[in-house]
Amino acid sequence: MSNDYTLAELCICAAAEAFRDDGEVLATGIGVIPRLAASLAMKTFNTDLMMTDSEAWMLSSPNPLGDRGADFVQANESWMGFSRIFDNVWSSKRHAMLGPTQVDRFGQSNTSALGGSYEAPKTMMLGARGFPGNSISHQNSFFVPAHSTRVFIEGECDFVSSIGYNPQRLPKGRSLDDVDIRLIITDLCVMDFGGANHQVRLRSLHPGISAEQVVEKTGFEIEVPATVPGTTVPTAEQLAIIAEMDPHNQRAYQIKDNPAGDRS
Amino acid sequence: MDKQMTAAEVVGQLEDGMTIGIGGWGPRRKPMALVREILRSELQDLTLVSYGGADVGMLCAAGKVKKLVFAFVSLDFIPLEAHFRQARQRGAIEVMEIDEGMMLLGLRAAAWGLPYIPTEVGLGTDIVTRNPDLKLVDSPYDDKEWVAMPALKLDASLIHVDHADKRGVCQISGPDHYMDDMFARAAAKTYVSCDELVDSSYFHAPEQARAVFWERAATTGVVHIPGGAHPSSCSPLYGFDVPHFKEYSAAARDEAGFQGYAEKFLGASEADYQAAVGGLEAIQTLPLPSY
Repeated sequence: MSNDYTLAELCICAAAEAFRDDGEVLATGIGVIPRLAASLAMKTFNTDLMMTDSEAWMLSSPNPLGDRGADFVQANESWMGFSRIFDNVWSSKRHAMLGPTQVDRFGQSNTSALGGSYEAPKTMMLGARGFPGNSISHQNSFFVPAHSTRVFIEGECDFVSSIGYNPQRLPKGRSLDDVDIRLIITDLCVMDFGGANHQVRLRSLHPGISAEQVVEKTGFEIEVPATVPGTTVPTAEQLAIIAEMDPHNQRAYQIKDNPAGDRS
Repeated sequence: MDKQMTAAEVVGQLEDGMTIGIGGWGPRRKPMALVREILRSELQDLTLVSYGGADVGMLCAAGKVKKLVFAFVSLDFIPLEAHFRQARQRGAIEVMEIDEGMMLLGLRAAAWGLPYIPTEVGLGTDIVTRNPDLKLVDSPYDDKEWVAMPALKLDASLIHVDHADKRGVCQISGPDHYMDDMFARAAAKTYVSCDELVDSSYFHAPEQARAVFWERAATTGVVHIPGGAHPSSCSPLYGFDVPHFKEYSAAARDEAGFQGYAEKFLGASEADYQAAVGGLEAIQTLPLPSY
């Protein structure tokens, strides 16, 4: 155990846990912290994971982030262009970890449009991207770098990009149990959908954070168990692997002011 | 058969109100020289189908777009495409917002002559509520409902490749051909710009022929435009132009807006454009990105 770790590194280790029991699936972490989390999982407790170079090749060992120098040879194991990604997505052998702009109490997420009307949104973002297909085809997790009621909103998402545990939107012939949203890792805590009727449940608190803080910064009601464990802190081995996978320290720029991991 | 054309001749074959597919992905291997030729033309009321980048942003900003079929519009390293956002936020364009994979299915359905392809993608989301024309169907084999992703039939597709011959054999030797084969097959006419025009003997070697993803019968016209993907990338020949994309994006915040960008760079021809961005050699030495 090390006391010298950043919040970003704590989040990477907590997020890596999402992939621990996945077996042989494609781990797709979009963004620096999710990608490092998937890489850490693949290099430690789930070496069966598959990963791409974020471009067109499947790798047998994850690439470090950013410029790798002219001499670097990546460990390709197959071609994996974007069209083939969908063959994988629709086979369900994938776990994506993404950072939507809004998440509601059903685990529905929004990556597309905020406010205004759909015809003329106040803020247009990316679009639905691959979220609809990801959410109905395979397991998914979320990473939220700034836990707040602006992300975890009181009502339903302005635009629902991904299916969640919402009985009102359940397609004919499907069960809510067909939806498989795993972990939500934030700068405050780890949550899952293990509450009653898939309610969001507090799973662990980052060092120095209270359940009250999480409740206050979440726009919907969450289940808070009588005892909530602390998030497992990084080991020296994990920190060394993270440093090796992120040689340009991109992780230092992912959470505002790059705080220390223990805020007590 | 000699399918060589000029960019102006390609645009001359397009008509107002057409549905146009644009190959590539975000900031990668977009037929930008052909897009620029549309910007110089009087064409309007287009419906675009694209894994969108600056192709979509520029055409929206220039008022060429009536409707956009999209899953995202992004420059990747600049996640949000500034000019597309402005068009959406002004309510200037109609949209059919779908999932990335649904777009592939729609192109496949068009390519294969099917009215639709069933999928579960989109169920339970606003994809089905915000697209009233998107129908759900019952399966004859189970008790579930499915999205009937309609064929995305294209009047024309615009694609950029690294090598082609004059008969329309097109090679994508970069690591990913994206959905360009389906764009070519889904369209009544497919116009391809290429960085290098080669003799047909170039493809005799199996490793070269292996990187050809559609038959020449699906290619209508070939336009030889070295550097024609700029400011998007054309791997392995050149990367995307980060400073140029930044300047293009920043123009959305200027008073002059896209018009200011266009006045500075577009010119009357591709030669003017390339001179304004530092010349072909500067394009061809842009480094490839690493992710």
